[in-house]
Amino acid sequence: MSYILNTEADRKAMLEKIGIASLAELFQMVPADFQLRRPLQVPPALSEIELQQHMGELAARNTCADDAVCFLGGGSYDHFIPSVVDAVASRSEYYTAYTPYQAEASQGSLQAFFEYQTLICELTGLDVSNASLYEGGSAVAESVLMSISIDPDRPKVLIAESVHPEYRQTLATYMANLAKEIITLPTPGGVLDPDELKKQIDDKTLCVIVQHPNFFGNLEAVDAISKLCKEKGALFVVSFDAISVGVLKRPGQYGADIAIGEGQCLGNPMVFGGPYLGIMACRDQFVRKIPGRLVGQTVDRNNKRCWVLTLQTREQHIRREKATSNICTNQGLFALRAAVYLAALGPQGLRETANLCLQKAHYLADELCKLPGVSLRFKQPYFKEFTVQVPGDAKALLANLLKAGFHGGLSLGRWYPMLGNCVTIAVTERRTRAELDGFVSAFRQSIRA
Amino acid sequence: MTNNQSTDLLFEISQPGRRCHRLPACDVPVRQSLLPTDAVADAPPPLPELGEIDLIRHFVNLSKRNMSIDTNFYPLGSCTMKYNPKRHERLAALPGMANLHPLQSDDSCQGMLEMLWSMQNILAEIAGLDAVALQPAAGAHGELTALLVAEAFYRDRKEKQRTRVLIPDSAHGTNPASAAIAGFDTVSIKSTAKGLVDLADLTSKLDERTAVFMITNPNTIGLFESQIGAITKLIHDAGALVYLDGANMNAIVGVTRPGDFGADMMHYNVHKTFTGPHGAGGPGSGPIAVRGDLAPYLPTPLVVKDGTTFKLEYNRPKTIGRVRSFFGNVGILLRGYCYIRTLGPVGLREMTENAVLNANYLLALVQHALDVPNGNRCMHEFVASASKLKRTKHISAMEIAKRLLDFGYHAPTVYFPLVVPEALMIEPTETESKETLDAFAATLLKIIEEDGNFLHNAPYTTPISRPNDAKAFKEPILRWKA
Repeated sequence: MSYILNTEADRKAMLEKIGIASLAELFQMVPADFQLRRPLQVPPALSEIELQQHMGELAARNTCADDAVCFLGGGSYDHFIPSVVDAVASRSEYYTAYTPYQAEASQGSLQAFFEYQTLICELTGLDVSNASLYEGGSAVAESVLMSISIDPDRPKVLIAESVHPEYRQTLATYMANLAKEIITLPTPGGVLDPDELKKQIDDKTLCVIVQHPNFFGNLEAVDAISKLCKEKGALFVVSFDAISVGVLKRPGQYGADIAIGEGQCLGNPMVFGGPYLGIMACRDQFVRKIPGRLVGQTVDRNNKRCWVLTLQTREQHIRREKATSNICTNQGLFALRAAVYLAALGPQGLRETANLCLQKAHYLADELCKLPGVSLRFKQPYFKEFTVQVPGDAKALLANLLKAGFHGGLSLGRWYPMLGNCVTIAVTERRTRAELDGFVSAFRQSIRA
Repeated sequence: MTNNQSTDLLFEISQPGRRCHRLPACDVPVRQSLLPTDAVADAPPPLPELGEIDLIRHFVNLSKRNMSIDTNFYPLGSCTMKYNPKRHERLAALPGMANLHPLQSDDSCQGMLEMLWSMQNILAEIAGLDAVALQPAAGAHGELTALLVAEAFYRDRKEKQRTRVLIPDSAHGTNPASAAIAGFDTVSIKSTAKGLVDLADLTSKLDERTAVFMITNPNTIGLFESQIGAITKLIHDAGALVYLDGANMNAIVGVTRPGDFGADMMHYNVHKTFTGPHGAGGPGSGPIAVRGDLAPYLPTPLVVKDGTTFKLEYNRPKTIGRVRSFFGNVGILLRGYCYIRTLGPVGLREMTENAVLNANYLLALVQHALDVPNGNRCMHEFVASASKLKRTKHISAMEIAKRLLDFGYHAPTVYFPLVVPEALMIEPTETESKETLDAFAATLLKIIEEDGNFLHNAPYTTPISRPNDAKAFKEPILRWKA
C-alpha cells in the first residue's frame, strides 16, 4: 500500500485540470528510452501487521543490550536514557519539522537549539557551539577543515594514535586529496607522551588532536599538551566524553581551542551506530570559521526576543564552494535529545552519573585483575573504560562471554596489531554490582574454556 | 491559552536544588582519589536545575511554537516533506534494533545485518546501479563520499590531471561545497533560459581535466533534463563520471533509473524519498550507489552475504576508508526500509506518479496568477517567481512566504534556486490530498491580491514576526549568559 489520498475520482479531476488524459503523460519529459518498463524488483508490499511481524523476526535474531549485558564502548555506550527524553523527542511538532529557515514557524526548535548550544558551551567551557554535526568521527575531520580555514598555511596535522581508530580513519579519508600531512603520534604507553609531541610539534603544525579520555579509556596529559600547542601556535583540538566532564575538567579549562565529541552518550540510543550527534564548540575568535548551523538571539518587529539561524554566510547554500563546510541536514532531533538529557540531569545528576561510571569501572577492573593472567595493559588513570591484557585469544574469550550473556568488550587487535590480546571494557552507570560480579565469574570461566 | 512562563529559557526557569533525573546509590565500595587532582574539576558544569514537570512543560509548550508535517501542510521545495508513518517510530524503537551496539559481533546481529543487506540491494535496484554503501549520514555527506570515490578511482587509473568538477548553476549549494572539500576545483555550468543544462557551455568547459559532472535530475527547477542521454554521453566520451544528486528521487522512483540514463554514481536522501522524519534539521541518511567498476573504492564496511550468514566486510584493499565512525544512520535506514517494504513495487510507482500529479495539479491551479518561468509542466515540484508581483505590487517571494504562515501553511522554499529571481519552490509530495492542494492554491491566490504594505509586516498570527536578522548577524548572541 502507499500513503496516497487521491481517489480515482480525484485523479480524473486533477488530470482534467492539468489538461492531460493519463498519468503516463506526466512523464513525457522523461525520454522514452530511459523509462522503466517493468516493476521494480523489490519485495512485495506488506500490511502493518505483516511488517511488524517481519521486523519483529529480524529484531529477534539480534542479541541486544537487553539480552546480554553490554560492556562495549569505543564511542557508543549503554548509558541510561531518562523517559523524559523520549517523551519530548516523540512530540511530532519537533520530529516532523525541518531545518528552521522560517523563524516564525520554528521558534520551538530554534529556541531548543539555542539552549543546546548554551548547554554545550557549559559542558566544554568554550564560547561557541554549533547546532550539531553528524557524529564524533566526522567531527574530527570537520575540526581539521576548520583549522585549515583558520590557519591555511600550516601543513602538519598531528593526531595521537590513542584517538578512536575509526575517527582517525575518517580524518585520513577526508584529507586524501588535500595537501596536508597527517602524522600519527604513537602511544605505546596508552597515552600521548608530551616528550614525543615535543619532538614532532613545530611552527608548521596546524593542530594537535587528542581524545580525552582516549580510546583505551586513559586520561591524556592535556595540560602539558596544551602548553606545547600554545608555545608553537598550533590549535589544540580535543575529542572529549560529554559524561566525563561531570568529574573531569572541561576542555576550555585546559586550553582547548576546539572541542569535539560523540554526543550519543547524551540520551541517544545506540541503534547500531547511528544516527548520533556530533558535538563541536570553539573559542569566540573562531566563530566565523565554525561549520554547521548556528542559532542566534535577536528581536522581532515588535521587539520580542526570538531566535533565528544566523551567520549563514559561512554556509553552503550561500557561499557554495567557499563555505566552511558542506553540511546541510545535521542532527537536529539528537541535539534536542541532548538538551533534554542535560536539563534532566542537571549539574548534580551529571556529576553522579560520571561518578558511578568511574567507581564501577574501577571496581570491575580491580576484580578482573585478580583473575590469573589478567592485568591492566596501561598504568594510566582512566575514567569509564579500561584496557586489560587477557591470557590467550581475546576474540575467543569474547565469544565465550557472549554465550554467557555478556557483550564483553572490544578486542583491540583489529585496530592495534600489537594489542591483539587486549580488551577495552566500558562500564556505565547502568551496571549493577550483580552484573559486574556475574561478569567477573563469566570472565574467569571463559579464560579457562 | 498560550504559556509564556514555561517558554522562558531553561536557564531562566532553573531553581537551585531542583532535580528531574535521580541516580541510584553506588553499590560498589566507593574509593577516593581515583583520578589525579589536576584532571578533576572543582564543580560540575553549571547546567540548569529543573523538576520533571518544569522540563516537560517547557519542551511541550515550546513544541507548540513549531509548524510540522503532523500539524501543517509543509510544501518546502527540495525537502520532500511527506508524511512520516507512525509505524516506523514503533518499529525503530524495538529493543532488538534500537539497543544494538555498533561494534558487537556479526553473529549477534544477524537480523540487523540482513535488513541492511536488503537495503543495499533495494537501493541498487532503484538506482539501476551495481553497489551501494549505506554509510553517509546525509545527502551532502553522500556527495562528498562519492567524490572521494571518484578521486580514488582516477588516482588508481593514473589520471591525476582530473581535478575539476563541473556543476550547473542551478545546483544545491552542497554540490560545490562537497567538491571543494574533496579537493576538487569547481566549474559552474550555465543553465538555459528554460532552466536546463546549457549544452554549449558544458561542451566548452569539458576536457581531460574533468573528473565529475554533478547533475540534479530532475533539476532544482523541477524539470527532467530532456537531453540527459546526450549529456551523459558527452561526459563519458570525455572520460569523466556522471554524478546524480538524488535529492529529487521522489519524482522518478520506479519510472526511470539513474543508472539507465547514464549516471555512474549517486546519493539518496533516505529521509526525503523514503520518509525518515526530518527532525527539525536531521538526522538524514545519504547512501550512495555506484557503477560496478567504482565499487572497490566504496567506504567500508559493506554488508555481504556468505552462504546463509551476513557479515560486515572491512577487507577491501582499494576502499577510500570511511567518512564517519560506525556503520551509518541505521535508525533512518530502518525507517526507509519499512517504507519500501510497506509500499512494494506497485506502491513505489504510485508514490512517484502521485507526487508528480500533485505538483502538476497545484501548478495548474496557480499558473494563471503566478509566474512560472519554466513552463506549464513539472516533475515533483515547480518554481514560481514573484518578480512581476514585486515590480507591480511590491509583493516579494518573502512576503508571500510569510503571509502563508498566517493561514497555517508552511512557506515554500524561497530564493532558491538562484537562477530564478524571487523564487518560490513548491513541492507538495504525494501524501497530500486534492482538498489540501485546492485550499492552499486558493490561499496563495488570495494573498497575491492583498495589499503589499500589509504583507510587508506579515505574519500577524505567529508567536513572533519578522525577526531582525541583521541584528542577529551584526551582534551575534549564540548562547545564553547570566
